[in-house]
Amino acid sequence: MNSTDSKIMVGRLIDNISNYFQDKTVNIMEVCGTHTHVIGKSGLRQLLPENIRLVSGPGCPVCVTHDWEIDAYLGLAKTKDIIITTFGDLMRVPGSNGSLIQARQEGAEVEVVYSPLEALSIAQANPLKEVVFLGVGFETTSPGVAISIIKAKQNKIDNFSVFPMHKVVVPALEALLIDPEIKIDGFILPGHVSTIIGCEPYEFISVVHGKSGVITGFEPIDILQGISMILEQINRGVSEIEIQYLSGVVPKGNSSAREAVNRVFKPESAWWRGLGYLPESGLGVREAYSSYDAKAKFGVNIIKKELSHNNSICACGDIIKGKKTPDQCMLFRSACTPSSPVGPCMVSSEGTCAAYYYYEAYREDVYE
Amino acid sequence: MNNRVISLAHGSGGRLTQELIEEIIYPAFGNNGGNPLLDSALLTIDYKKIAFTTDSFVVSPLFFEGGDIGKLAACGTINDLAVCGATPLYISVGLIIEEGFSVELLKKILRSLASAAGDAGVLVVTGDTKVVERGNADGIYINTAGIGVLPQDVRVGPEMIEPGDLIFISGAVGDHGMSVLTKREGLSYQIPVASDCAPLNSLIKSLLETSGIKCMKDPTRGGLATALVELAEQSKTLMEISEERIPIRQTVSLGCDLLGLDPLYLANEGNLLIIAKADKESEIAAVLDNHPLGKEAKLIGRVVSYRDKGMVLLETPLGVKRILTMLEGEQLPRIC
Repeated sequence: MNSTDSKIMVGRLIDNISNYFQDKTVNIMEVCGTHTHVIGKSGLRQLLPENIRLVSGPGCPVCVTHDWEIDAYLGLAKTKDIIITTFGDLMRVPGSNGSLIQARQEGAEVEVVYSPLEALSIAQANPLKEVVFLGVGFETTSPGVAISIIKAKQNKIDNFSVFPMHKVVVPALEALLIDPEIKIDGFILPGHVSTIIGCEPYEFISVVHGKSGVITGFEPIDILQGISMILEQINRGVSEIEIQYLSGVVPKGNSSAREAVNRVFKPESAWWRGLGYLPESGLGVREAYSSYDAKAKFGVNIIKKELSHNNSICACGDIIKGKKTPDQCMLFRSACTPSSPVGPCMVSSEGTCAAYYYYEAYREDVYE
Repeated sequence: MNNRVISLAHGSGGRLTQELIEEIIYPAFGNNGGNPLLDSALLTIDYKKIAFTTDSFVVSPLFFEGGDIGKLAACGTINDLAVCGATPLYISVGLIIEEGFSVELLKKILRSLASAAGDAGVLVVTGDTKVVERGNADGIYINTAGIGVLPQDVRVGPEMIEPGDLIFISGAVGDHGMSVLTKREGLSYQIPVASDCAPLNSLIKSLLETSGIKCMKDPTRGGLATALVELAEQSKTLMEISEERIPIRQTVSLGCDLLGLDPLYLANEGNLLIIAKADKESEIAAVLDNHPLGKEAKLIGRVVSYRDKGMVLLETPLGVKRILTMLEGEQLPRIC
C-alpha cells in the first residue's frame, strides 16, 4: 500500500470511527506496550474523536515488575562472582536504592543481552562465575527463557540460572475487569502475546464480563481497524473476541512454545506493580529444574518494605491500570524524565510515560 | 545538573550531554568568544579566519561494517571543520593504547585513518602516543584535533537560519548507529547494514559553491532528531519535518523495530543536515544528486517561523504533527 492509499484508508477508518456514539464516551484499553508506543509515535490519538478514549494498560513487562522484585535482583547483582544478564530495558529501572546501571558503576558485573541464549553462552564462557538471567516479560518472552533452561540442563551448564519474574497477561485483565473504578468498554488485545496463547484464554472477557476484545496488529492502520471493530461490536450489542491481526495470529496460538513453558514453569502467584498480588499470574520454576531457579539457588527472599518518598508519589501503579494518564502524575516531566526516571513506565520504550514524554507532547503548552 | 556522578548518558550526545557542557565544562573556561555547542571554534588569527576542533573516539567494537575507529577518527574531525564552512587542512592524532594491544591491528587502524584523511586531502601533521596498563582502556582510544581555513565569503551557522529555509538530509538515517550496535551486541540475527562513515568535505565544498547554504550539521550522536532540535533552539525557529520524507533503509527500520529503537536517534557519521535558501532548491538538489554521498538525499522539511523557544514538529505518516524532542539518556533495547 503506498502512502496515498494508506492515507485514504486512514481517512475512511476515522470517518467510520467518528460515526459511532457521538454522545457517549467509549474507553478502549490497549493492553500491550508496543501498541502504546505506536499510538504515540504515529500521533494516532490526535486523529480520534474526543469521545473515543484510548487508555494504556499493563502490557509493558518492565513496568509491571514490582519494586520488591527489583530490590531483590539488585541485591543479587552486588554479590561477588555473579554476572547479571538482562534485557536492556531493566538497566535503568530504579529500585529503592539505585538501578542496575548504578550497580554496574559501583563494580557489579551486569551484561545486556538480546536473548536468554546469549546469557547461556556467557555462562559457558565464564565457568568460574555464576550467570543469572533476569526473566521478565510476558508469554512472548517466557518460551525463550524456558528453552534456555532446558538447554542448560541438557548441556550441564550448571552455573546458569534464571531469576523468574515472568507474568501472564490474562489474570491482569481479569483484575482490571473486576475493579469497579476501572471502566473499560473494549480491549485492543496484544498481537505478540496472542501468537503464543491464541484466542481461547480471552473468552472470559466477552463471556463473563460482556466486553469486546480484538487481537490487533502493530501498524497504525491495524490499530484503527481494531478500534473500529470494537465499536462495531458495541454498536451491535455483542461482545466477542475477534482477530484483526490475521497475518500473525492463529486461534490456537503456538502449542510448542506453550509446551516448553509448561515443561519448565508452573503457574504461581505474583506481585505486580499497581495490581498487587494476583493468583496464578506469574511463572515459578518447576521442581525438575529447580537448580536453575536463581531465587532458590541463592536463597533470595522478596522483602516487602515501605517505599521511598518519590516512589510513593509515582503514579506508575495507577497508570498501568489506566486510572491515570502520565500528565496526571506530579512527577511527570519534572522529577521524572527518561534520563532520570522515577518509575518504570518512564524507562522502557514500551512504557506509557516514556511514550507520552517523547510522543504525546503535541500541545504547545507542554513546552511553553 | 542534578547528577552527582557522570553516567554513560552524559556521553550520549543528547540533552544530558548538552547540560554537562553548558553547566559544568563551559563555565570552567569562561567565554572566550566561541560557541560551545558549535562543531568547531571559529577564530581570527592575523586577519585569517581559522576553524579549530577536537574529537575523541572510543567506539566499541573497533571494527564494524563500513569502517573502523581509524576511519571514524579522521572523518569525525574533518566533518566538524567542514560543517562550519571551513576547508580542513591538518589534523593531529593522539593515541591511547592499552597494554597488550595487537601491533597488527594498530597498523590496520592507522592505515585506515591515513587513507580517510588522504581521500579528504587532509594531512596528519603531529601526534602523541600513550600506553596505559591492561584494563585501563578498551583496546585503543584516539583523539584527533584539526585546523581548517574559512574562505572570506563563507558565512554559515545557526544564526543564518530564517523562516522559509529548506531542510535537506544528504543520506539514509541511522546506518552507523545500527551497524555498530549489530556488531557490538553480537546479535544472533544479522542486520546487513554498513556504517555511512565518510569525510563530507568534498560534498560540502560543492554545496557551498551554490551560495545557497545557511547552516550545516553532521547528525552524529543523538541522531537526526537531536541535531534538528539543537539547530531549532540555536536559531530560535520553528521547523517542520515530514517523517515520510526522511530516508531510512528498510534493514535499519526493521532492526529498530526489533530492538525498540528509533532511527531518528541513531548516530550517523557521513550524513549531512543542510539548511538552505528556498530559492536554491533545484541547484542544491542537483549538487547532491551529482555527488556519491548525496545520491539518497531528500528535502525533509522547512523552517516555518521564528520562535523564542526553538521547536521541531514532525508530521507523521498519518498526517498529524507532534513535537520532536532531543534524545534523553541512552536508547536501550527493549524486551519484546
